[in-house]
Amino acid sequence: MSQPGTKKIRWVNETPLSPIERTYIPLVVQGLATTIRHLFSKKITVQFPEERYQPPDPIIYRGVHRLNRDEKGRVKCVACFLCSTACPARCIDIEAGESPWPDREKYPVRFTIDMLRCIFCGMCEEACPVNAIELTSLYDLSGKSREEMVFDKNKLLLIYDWTKDAEPPLERLIAAVGTREVPGGQSPPEAPEETWPPADAAAFDRVAERAAEARLSPPGT
Amino acid sequence: MAWIVAIEVLVKIGLLLGGLMFAAAYLVLVERWIAAWVQDRLGPNRVGIPLTRIRLFGLGQPIADGVKFICKEEFTPAHVDRVLYTLAPVMMLVAALAAFAVIPFGSVLPGFTLPDGTVYQIQLVLLPGLDAGILLFLAFGGIGVFGVALGGWASNNKYSFFGGVRSAAQLISYEVPLGLSILAIVLAAGSLRLDRIILAQADTGWWNAFVQPLGFLVFLVAVCAEAGRLPFDLAEAEQELVGGYHTEYSGMRLMMFLVSEFLHMIAASFLIVILFLGGWHFWGLTGSGLEVGWGGALLRVIVLVAKVFLVILGFMLVRWSWPRFRFDQLMDLAWKVLLSWGLIHVLLVAAWMYWANEWPVWTLAVANWVSLVVVWIVTALISPPECDNRPRRELGPVGNVTPVAVSAA
Repeated sequence: MSQPGTKKIRWVNETPLSPIERTYIPLVVQGLATTIRHLFSKKITVQFPEERYQPPDPIIYRGVHRLNRDEKGRVKCVACFLCSTACPARCIDIEAGESPWPDREKYPVRFTIDMLRCIFCGMCEEACPVNAIELTSLYDLSGKSREEMVFDKNKLLLIYDWTKDAEPPLERLIAAVGTREVPGGQSPPEAPEETWPPADAAAFDRVAERAAEARLSPPGT
Repeated sequence: MAWIVAIEVLVKIGLLLGGLMFAAAYLVLVERWIAAWVQDRLGPNRVGIPLTRIRLFGLGQPIADGVKFICKEEFTPAHVDRVLYTLAPVMMLVAALAAFAVIPFGSVLPGFTLPDGTVYQIQLVLLPGLDAGILLFLAFGGIGVFGVALGGWASNNKYSFFGGVRSAAQLISYEVPLGLSILAIVLAAGSLRLDRIILAQADTGWWNAFVQPLGFLVFLVAVCAEAGRLPFDLAEAEQELVGGYHTEYSGMRLMMFLVSEFLHMIAASFLIVILFLGGWHFWGLTGSGLEVGWGGALLRVIVLVAKVFLVILGFMLVRWSWPRFRFDQLMDLAWKVLLSWGLIHVLLVAAWMYWANEWPVWTLAVANWVSLVVVWIVTALISPPECDNRPRRELGPVGNVTPVAVSAA
């Protein structure tokens, strides 16, 4: 820390007021003009329950988590604990068990996220090696009790079922883009059976459009 | 005769109290709307008729706010002076309400004949024909200061205390230019009665704002400070003092403070309109004499209330336009600028009344406009060219104190 009066401090003098400014008239007029301009300008309030804020890019929005399913509908998670290790809020609790399926060793018997502790930083999504946990664009998260806000595996899988059409999982997006560079330098994985989204350059835009069209709330509620 | 006076007074008190409380409640809503619109928001627009989905643009909000205030716990902190703590909001509300006793809210009603043959005319002011008029208003304004200062003192909290002390100093300082500008009006009108002052303006058709612009400016600034509105709301500067003198208050007591602040603003707006903007007078619309029909009487009330509402809207817009003064700037403005302007103005009007009373009124207007321009330019020229209050570089290092005591030991 340098002391005042030493050469490290650059002393900035206030600009002296001009004779016109010293009458205060321009400043007073400027202040009122700004106020009146905003009085009649377009309002930005979103009338929440009737209108809903649409995240400009739902794919990268950090809302409620979901647990992705693979092509056979099984939970994709391999219970590697990387997400719970990466989590700065320590809100992910996993109980691993021996996998009943031949293509992996472990799977999560229990997988709970305490949404009251979660800070929605997205570290878990970044840490996941198999793209099993992702953050959706659901943002109106509420509950009537603390227990209700601890999301278990079934609930997280349900969120996947709600949001998979509007917000496709990462691999499908990568496959849709096809030639784009994949983070980490790996080759893009095989495209799944479905033809959607189409493998052209505008895929990201269409995904965003579909996400905006589809209502991101649970069907039937 | 006595019974009809009693009925008249009771009806007037009822109308005034009900009207003022209603106005204060709905002006809070208007203030919140304006605040929201200026900040590109929509403001309260949800609360309508309870138990239905009818919203009425949020017109139910004041009722909901009132119910909320009534239902809230009235918490008394353990460390307060109980007597003064309870007394302060009551005092402030009573003073704010009592000040309206002398404020006319219209002209007169058409006279009607009593059974015994006398003609009875009702004046639309609670205390008609009170010769102290404006003095009574200023006196009640002075009592209102007690409420603020006592509230700050009794709360036994340093932020409340700062708020109360600031407010007391501010209100006392601004009483002086306020009184000077009112003095010039009283000189010109020749009466302390507010209805006479309106009549004087209505007779000539020259509103005092056009005749005495210098006094109008001084009065506008001083009354804004008296009402504690931004840019002069140092008493409750949220960013510095939490809530100022009412930090420790809650429930109905807090509401009494907040309502009396709004009443101060309404009273200030009434005074601006009555003293300077012609009261109920409007050219070609309301006439000028005291003989009116029912339509004319109603029209005068509407004109007066409309003017007051416009002035209040101005107050609310100003709140979001200009930054708050620092306390030394506030005192500079009162004692160095407004006081001298007010003195010059009073001297000018007094001299005109003494030597040039027979001249047409526009001569006073011209003299006053010229003096306004001259005084403004002179003030701008001699005001400091910058408001930098940091220690200046020529004064040498600051905070770099040589440790004399240590070297001596």
